[in-house]
Amino acid sequence: MDEIFGIPAPLLFGQLLLGLINGAFYALLSLGLAVIFGMLNVINFTHGAQFMLGAFVAWAMLNFLGLGYWWALLLAPIVVGLFGVLLERTMISKLYKLDHLYGLLLTFGVGLIIEGLVRNEFGSSGLPYRIPPELSGAWDLGFMFMPVYRGWVVIVALVACIATWLVIERTRIGSYLRAATENPALVQAFGINVPRMMTLTYGAGVALAAFAGVLAAPIYSVNPQMGSNLIIIVFAVVVIGGMGSILGSVLTGFGLGIVEGLTKVFYPEASATVIFVVMAIVLLLRPAGLFGRA
Amino acid sequence: MTIHRRGLLAGAAATTLPFATLRAQQANMLRLGVLTDMSGPYRDPTGPGSAICTQQAVMEFASRLGIQAEVIQADHQNRPDVGSNIARQWYDQGVDVIVDVPTSSVALAISQIAREKNKLFLNSGAATSDLTGPACSPNTVHWTYDTYMLAKGTGAALTRAGGDSWFFITADYAFGHALQRDTSSFVEQGGGRVLGAARYPFPQTTDFSSYLVQAQASRAKVLGLANAGTDTANCIKQAREFGLTRNMRIAGLLMSFMEVHSLGLDTAQGLLLTEPFYWDLNDRTRAFSQRVQPRMPNRAMPAQVQAGCYGATVHYLKAAGAMGAAAAKADARAVVERMKSMETDDDAFGTGRIRPDGRKIHPTYLFQVKTPRESRGTWDYYNIAATNPAEEAFRPMAEGNCPLVRG
Repeated sequence: MDEIFGIPAPLLFGQLLLGLINGAFYALLSLGLAVIFGMLNVINFTHGAQFMLGAFVAWAMLNFLGLGYWWALLLAPIVVGLFGVLLERTMISKLYKLDHLYGLLLTFGVGLIIEGLVRNEFGSSGLPYRIPPELSGAWDLGFMFMPVYRGWVVIVALVACIATWLVIERTRIGSYLRAATENPALVQAFGINVPRMMTLTYGAGVALAAFAGVLAAPIYSVNPQMGSNLIIIVFAVVVIGGMGSILGSVLTGFGLGIVEGLTKVFYPEASATVIFVVMAIVLLLRPAGLFGRA
Repeated sequence: MTIHRRGLLAGAAATTLPFATLRAQQANMLRLGVLTDMSGPYRDPTGPGSAICTQQAVMEFASRLGIQAEVIQADHQNRPDVGSNIARQWYDQGVDVIVDVPTSSVALAISQIAREKNKLFLNSGAATSDLTGPACSPNTVHWTYDTYMLAKGTGAALTRAGGDSWFFITADYAFGHALQRDTSSFVEQGGGRVLGAARYPFPQTTDFSSYLVQAQASRAKVLGLANAGTDTANCIKQAREFGLTRNMRIAGLLMSFMEVHSLGLDTAQGLLLTEPFYWDLNDRTRAFSQRVQPRMPNRAMPAQVQAGCYGATVHYLKAAGAMGAAAAKADARAVVERMKSMETDDDAFGTGRIRPDGRKIHPTYLFQVKTPRESRGTWDYYNIAATNPAEEAFRPMAEGNCPLVRG
């Protein structure tokens, strides 16, 4: 059997593929963060809690309303997104004129409160959520056993990332958004309602987090701390990609998933640290991130 | 940059909570402090349920024994510094006994403090077998389980049943290493082989697929999970997704009832795990469980650690009652001596005894998780696959290196 660096080639291909799948989650989550930071200049530390809420709303829909996975994929982002809109209107919008730090503290605090409330209500050990029957099962790829659901995650994440990028870079609304980030007063003078655009952008970013949460529910344990475990890595992805750069965070998300996947084969103990090593190197060489504008 | 969010609140919680809950001193009132994980990953199998079971023991026995006792509680957040601060304050302010304390690092710190101040420590939730080994103490009783007993219960039984090649997925810290080491030695003693292990960073890991694929590639017959809580749940959920269950058996080395509940029987069916307590073991365990269930969070049945808090408290109250409350408050070491000299008897664990090294011994059970079809309803999860008698279930005292029993 062929070996690469002492690891059998099939195992290595398998790990590359798994890295890509994890990268899909990083990309989807960092995309929402990048959209929010790029347009609102707010570092949204509630993102992990909103990801978790997406999964819990999916669970609640199934258990209280009898609505399965497909409905949850559609409705949970809307429900959590509306909650985001409320949060932006009542709290975050008051902080735009202040230093970044206030937004960070507020969203961090709100995240803690949400996590605590969910833990009080549902406990810490998690809730069951099954893979929908249409997507259960697996393909035998020869070099590894590939669950159908993981393939679905990669495809959906790619579609969501490309769609978001197209909306922001190629549509009229996107151009308003980008203009409003550069010079809100001028855009407002053209008769465009900038505050409402900000609100909707935040809502959309939050909806993306919830969407990732629903995607995660069938494969990760649905528990109150599921977001906080992931969010630190996702922040690193955003920093490496370049704060606010959409394309940067998507590419970095997938790329770092692969780097992490390979580390898990060669030296698993370092797999949580490798992303931060990359972050330190990137910040030293390119302080604005790989795709950021200085 | 890593910000530990719970850390931000640590100072406030550690200083205000114990003061607020301690009432005016009353002479001869026995004070029990339940120090546990109220907000983290171990909350469900310990946490508020541990406090409720401790209170249950006090409600049932204190007045019958002619003593007065009260129960207070606090959150150690799984941090040795926070836990030690609360323990020192409690002991200095008249708390006689600290109960529960899951998370081995916190438990080892508190065992030391109890010894220094000659107070009592009834541990139920921590797993490290060092508590009755090199770190044993005349002030500590270790009630429910330890890594040696868990490793033996599941590891030896599975190897005997033909699972003679193992691959471990291990949480990369003291507890995970100890559990893997202890289990490996039983596997090898039974003629089995350990084909490999993947140590993953704790607690930052949520995706285990990479390690699961490595386990699959090793062609081992058994996947040993040397971890706990939501990590174990994640591993099992993903192992099923990746089809490991078709040709491997999964052994959750520290798993309880609560993880099975959170996974659901669809996912957890067929798993093997070791516990000394299950609510549906016999008439006494059923009676106890039905008494506490109405007060438990989400009306859950009590889990092993929570039942351990009940059993340990019952035995402590009996010893204190026999000595008289004043004498019990004056000298914790004497209370522990008394507890060791009396046979234990409570509804959760039946009869048993506490060895000179502080280890409480009782039979343990290898359970197999039922299929959804076998289960008659919520909480009906286990079939008994094997029973380990009390004298064989735990590490022999001579092998523990406990300084109290040498020579």
